[in-house]
Amino acid sequence: MTAFIQRKRLLLVLLSGLLLLSACSTTPKTTPETEPPMRTYEELVDQSKSSPIDVYDPLEGFNRGVYRFNYYFDKFIFLPIVNTYEFIMPTFAQKGVSNFVDNVYEFSNFTNNLLQLKFKQSGITLARFAINTTVGIAGLWDPATEMNLYRQKEDFGQTLGHYGVGNGPYLVLPILGPSNLRDATGVVADSVAFSSFGPPAWVDDDDATLAFNVVTAIDKRHRVPFRYYGTGSPFEYEMIRLLYTSQRQIVIEK
Amino acid sequence: MHKIYLLVLVCLLTGLLAGTAEAEKPYFFPYVNPYEATVMEVPSIYEAQLPAEVPTKDFRIHPFPDRKTPDVFWYDKGLACSLVYQKHEAPLVFIIAGTGARYNSPKMINMQKALYQAGFHVISISSPTIANFIINASEGMVPGNLYEDAKDLYRVMEMAYEKVQNKIKVTDFYLTGYSLGGIQAAYVSMLDEEKKRFDFKKVLLINPPESLYNSVSKLEKLLGDNIPGGAANFDLWYQQLLDDLAGIYEEMGFFDLTGDYIYKAYKRHPPREDFLAALVGLSFTLSSSDMVFASDVMRGGGYITPKNVIMNNSTSLRPFAQVANRTSFTDYFREYFYPYFRQQEPGLTEQNLIDRLTLKNIESYLRSARKIGLLHNEDDIIMLPGEVDYLHGVFGDRAQIYPTGGHCGNMNDPTVVRFIVDFFKGQEG
Repeated sequence: MTAFIQRKRLLLVLLSGLLLLSACSTTPKTTPETEPPMRTYEELVDQSKSSPIDVYDPLEGFNRGVYRFNYYFDKFIFLPIVNTYEFIMPTFAQKGVSNFVDNVYEFSNFTNNLLQLKFKQSGITLARFAINTTVGIAGLWDPATEMNLYRQKEDFGQTLGHYGVGNGPYLVLPILGPSNLRDATGVVADSVAFSSFGPPAWVDDDDATLAFNVVTAIDKRHRVPFRYYGTGSPFEYEMIRLLYTSQRQIVIEK
Repeated sequence: MHKIYLLVLVCLLTGLLAGTAEAEKPYFFPYVNPYEATVMEVPSIYEAQLPAEVPTKDFRIHPFPDRKTPDVFWYDKGLACSLVYQKHEAPLVFIIAGTGARYNSPKMINMQKALYQAGFHVISISSPTIANFIINASEGMVPGNLYEDAKDLYRVMEMAYEKVQNKIKVTDFYLTGYSLGGIQAAYVSMLDEEKKRFDFKKVLLINPPESLYNSVSKLEKLLGDNIPGGAANFDLWYQQLLDDLAGIYEEMGFFDLTGDYIYKAYKRHPPREDFLAALVGLSFTLSSSDMVFASDVMRGGGYITPKNVIMNNSTSLRPFAQVANRTSFTDYFREYFYPYFRQQEPGLTEQNLIDRLTLKNIESYLRSARKIGLLHNEDDIIMLPGEVDYLHGVFGDRAQIYPTGGHCGNMNDPTVVRFIVDFFKGQEG
């Protein structure tokens, strides 16, 4: 528990530091020699019409700062660790770790399916946990999927969305990446519920929990092929913002 | 003893069967509709068997080291390329990516694996249309002129090879490219006849346009023509798409982006052709927007970004993205591209320039250069009626034309992969 609180405190310090960085304007800085372009926004874009790329992002300056921070964090800290992990661990063992992590987090899927009154999905999640923990040997294998019992992914952000809570402002979280106010709230709620009532509370061993958290962080990054500034598009920030928002809309609506 | 005989017999039989199956498997592509072929992922059983990983080294080169990168591209440090290498002496194949594609796009990775498996070294070059190329490796920073693109590409190839030549032993140089990279490969090959740095022994053009202007005009119309009410209704169309995806997710019980999943979803809900055509158009529009923005910023602005403004990491680029999305290639050609080249060459007309950006423009070279082969599909959606036949006529027995596959949709088909590999492995033309 203490480790968890310490981590959150570190996150707060980081966040406040980054907020200071965000005091800069998001419009291009003009000079006396500035000339308007041949094709202008005012002429070409009908502002009365909504556009999917126009995601509500009042903290854009801050978010872009975090986006850049994440790029450096990935480059100098996170990815070297992930690469070492991938180098050391045989592929089948990496798969085993992913299955194990997923199985432990079925707790969050279960609670959130239940909160959304999705009883069939809650049942599937429970069955998956039972099968994978036993037949799948502590969750290292995933025989449940082979029985067509697919993972019913739900998080608290989705639960809030299910009950009509809107996105709120778009946010780029340090290390975790794209999010929004609703989903970031969800991340905190899920993580509090998980550590207070979930598997870490059942085990009640700070060292084991810490080890699990480290493994989870590495495993999750290992599974996401996304690289900051890796798409090659100058509009990557805008595209990722759009794709994140769309993807969340899909998983909430389904 | 019996057991061993039996085992040998079984091995022989399975070996024989496998042999005949491989040799006689006719070309079969699961999508007959060219838009489906172009867009949809292919289920794994219809794909060539390729190694999961191949020895790869990513590296960056700096063709213009004194050029100052604007702050808005602060993350961009050198042109990214990759080398896939053999431990032994082998021919080196250069691959040029298609419009908007990077050196490590999925199609490029598949080509790298197929060529590695066949025993070649491979150097992969991003398309001159992507921002990374424009910023670092393009001399004029106005992409799309095949002669200029060829010079830029040639310079990149020389520098890339120089950078890795201590690592590999090369016997001969080969060249290929798909889509825009295909037509560029033809121009690079022609430039090489003069420069002779590589003296390419074999060059394969994969699904090249005959005329850049024709193909691009056709592609960019796909978005507006296939959205009910035109591009102005993009938002509605996009929301419908998200609803449909949510529906598929709910029905299938899970979601991923593998070819097998998409094929399964496709079997249940075959997408309408207008939807797929709009997707092709959208993908093209996004690539073209990136290109126009990067080129304009690098040349000091004035087209879609203001002149003399300071943009950095905090600058919101959304308004420029929206303007770029509303700038068609035809606009770019008329308002930006053509004036730029006319300035260098007074008297140049639009039609001159359009005619120059074709394979027809270098027809006599293509007819005489026996080392150049063509791989194309009859139903390629970027071609106007008659263009594939025309190219077939020019290349004659050096052309391999498949009946289906759309635009580059069949590049990982086992038959097509075998053709590509055999082309480079075969005797010199």
